[in-house]
Amino acid sequence: MSDGSGTTAPAGPKSTYFLNHADEAVERRTLAVLVDNEPGVLARVVGLFSGRGYNIDSLTVAEVDASSHQSRITIVTQGTPHILEQIEAHLMRLVPVGEVVDITKSKRGIERELSLIKVAGSGEKRVEALRIAQIFRANVIDTTNESFIFELTGASDKISQFVDLMRPLGLVEVSRTGVLSIKRGKEKG
Amino acid sequence: MTVKTKPKTETRLMTGAEIVITALREQGVEVMFGYPGGSVLPIYDALFAADDIRHVLVRHEQGAGHAAEGYARSTGKCGVALVTSGPGATNMVTPITDALMDSIPMVVITGQVPSHLIGTDAFQEADITGITRSCAKHNYLVTDVDQLARVIHEAFLIATSGRPGPVVVDIPKDIQFATGTYIGKEGVHKPTYSPQIDPHPEAIEAVAELISQARRPILYTGGGVINSGPHASEALRKLQAETGIPVTSTLMGLGAFPASHPDWLGMLGMHGSFEANNAMHDCDLMICVGARFDDRVTGRIDAFSPNSKKVHIDIDPSSINKIVRVDVPVVADCAAALEALLAAVKHRKRKRPDLKPWKAEIETWRARKCFSYEPSDTVIKPQYAIERLYALTRERETFITTEVGQHQMWAAQFFHFDEPNHWMTSGGLGTMGYGLPAAVGVQCAHPDALVIDIAGEASIQMMMQELSTAVQFCLPVKVFILNNEWMGMVRQWQELLHGERYSHSYSESLPDFVKLAEALGAHGIRCDDPALLDDKITEMLEHKGPVLFDCRVEKAENCLPMIPSGSAHNEMILGKITGNEIGEAGRKLV
Ligand SMILES: Cc1ncc(C[n+]2csc(CCOP(=O)(O)OP(=O)(O)O)c2C)c(N)n1
Ligand SMILES: [Mg+2]
Repeated sequence: MSDGSGTTAPAGPKSTYFLNHADEAVERRTLAVLVDNEPGVLARVVGLFSGRGYNIDSLTVAEVDASSHQSRITIVTQGTPHILEQIEAHLMRLVPVGEVVDITKSKRGIERELSLIKVAGSGEKRVEALRIAQIFRANVIDTTNESFIFELTGASDKISQFVDLMRPLGLVEVSRTGVLSIKRGKEKG
Repeated sequence: MTVKTKPKTETRLMTGAEIVITALREQGVEVMFGYPGGSVLPIYDALFAADDIRHVLVRHEQGAGHAAEGYARSTGKCGVALVTSGPGATNMVTPITDALMDSIPMVVITGQVPSHLIGTDAFQEADITGITRSCAKHNYLVTDVDQLARVIHEAFLIATSGRPGPVVVDIPKDIQFATGTYIGKEGVHKPTYSPQIDPHPEAIEAVAELISQARRPILYTGGGVINSGPHASEALRKLQAETGIPVTSTLMGLGAFPASHPDWLGMLGMHGSFEANNAMHDCDLMICVGARFDDRVTGRIDAFSPNSKKVHIDIDPSSINKIVRVDVPVVADCAAALEALLAAVKHRKRKRPDLKPWKAEIETWRARKCFSYEPSDTVIKPQYAIERLYALTRERETFITTEVGQHQMWAAQFFHFDEPNHWMTSGGLGTMGYGLPAAVGVQCAHPDALVIDIAGEASIQMMMQELSTAVQFCLPVKVFILNNEWMGMVRQWQELLHGERYSHSYSESLPDFVKLAEALGAHGIRCDDPALLDDKITEMLEHKGPVLFDCRVEKAENCLPMIPSGSAHNEMILGKITGNEIGEAGRKLV
């Protein structure tokens, strides 16, 4: 979070203004939000996004430390740099939020998603689906004579790519967790 | 666990209701405002025996909320309200939102249906934690009586620290009956909650450096200076004395800097002074302290103070760079930041630029006398009424509350404040109905002071029943109604924006306020003659009990000057409204 200095230090003598935020480029960000796992905390986070008109592309949440009642929420969002700065500041304003880590900006972020993908078909298509699944290192976790369920973990792009390839081969449905994140290296947060 | 309690603190067994009262007592609560109902009866029962906590019975829960706000704003302490579940709680939503917008510390205790009935659409059940999630700083539904004391202490901590705000504690009835352990407030803290109080030294140095070079600096102060406490106002005055920087303030910040000071520019913004708005527009250094660049203050954002460096001191990081991009953000409590800044400025030996040319320029703006109005000896001009009210109350310690509308702006323009915490108004939410209950709250805290609600005839009808509260509790509040028979501010906008089509802004029928006062057990006064005004005001001031003063004023008066929405600070309307002031874009704004 801001330490009170240099959150923004525009160069040059002039102040900059938001004449129109629309001309700022929209960026995608992954934020890890560490919260006290108390009742309503997820509603507070989600309500903040809907109330202030921010986007949520994906959201995952689970308790990660039962002894300290800590949950970790990973949110993928989009906005201009100005909006993204506001999102972080407003998240920090929520009482049960302890920390907000910008995974994208940190450059050390790892993002993974788990997906379950059902494909139905027979003959050539069925063989092709299985072949591609092997290339993507997807696991087959259920199979019938006419269908597979693949389990695939990886970066979101990779999953989307796999889903696209399955589409002509009999894609039935997809279930994805949304992005999970953590930072490389030995430090926490 | 989220909270550690030191073992040495006192622990005792008692009922949930007793825990509530004991915790309030430990928090130093002397007065609370409330209204009973089924779901809070156990707490009211415990209150029955608590002689040291005064409970003021309002007539509508919204009144309890605004009274708690008025109490808080005039004392710097936390306001407390107690209401029942369902309708009692939903009636509190407006004051809770009001307190959030204006950063007023308030703890609202709501009763809830018994735990086993929650979620069943039980009688008088409302999901008040759900409803208030976005309008309270924080809220709790207590599910375990052993957590109750901790939750209440935490609620006070959160309401009063950082950027203050309202906190709701929802307590199911069975929890109020259950027996649990009381813990003291010592050691209650919330690890995830730690507002930054002290400024970053580098940021302070950067500001001091900017001050040392500025030729046209201005201090733009807000409600945060008041919230930060008397130290902040004191530090502001010292910093100003050291640097000579002219000062303007938002509506919420009036009183932090003395209006009698020669470097006071008056309020800024939509109905602010010509000198303040021009100085904001033409400054080369803007030091914003505890204000938040509200749209009522900035006017057209792309034309807002185009050539200045901007400093923003605020305890809430989300306020910084929200509307206006600033050059030096300082996340800190106002008092701490201003004190540090004073030290840093004093430390610099280099001579600062002479501010005389800047002040001379300001004087030319001041010479426009932007608040002047056409006097009349046949009809009471609303501005004149406030001027007289101010003149006749100078001898006494006076607290002013307001409703919302033209009268509110005239009060801000023509009543002058030299001390913080003496001006209570609904700024952020603009809540009609705020003023009277707020005055009730202020009078509870300051029984011997003069407390006046400057009201409009429309606004007062929103919470007028609270006069009955004032009568019951011998609170001699004075309600001074600028009665123009119109929702004047609405009428003014319709004149300005909607081709003088006055759709539903005239009250065809108004109560006889004098009779109304009498019906409620108060004293009523009416005046429509400028020659009699002083005498009537004196009558009001001398009356020992609550007074409702129906001051009949000029009906079509406009509140000027005005920056029409969508215009810049240097595009103020000074004299008369012609109807062509607002462009297409401005019309779409509020
Ligand atoms: C609860 C609420 N409803 C509506 C409004 C919109 N509003 C703002 S000012 C105003 C008129 C106020 O009339 P009055 O109290 O007579 O004051 P005047 O402007 O005439 O001084 C209205 C309706 C509001 N601010 N608050
Ligand atoms: Mg009116």
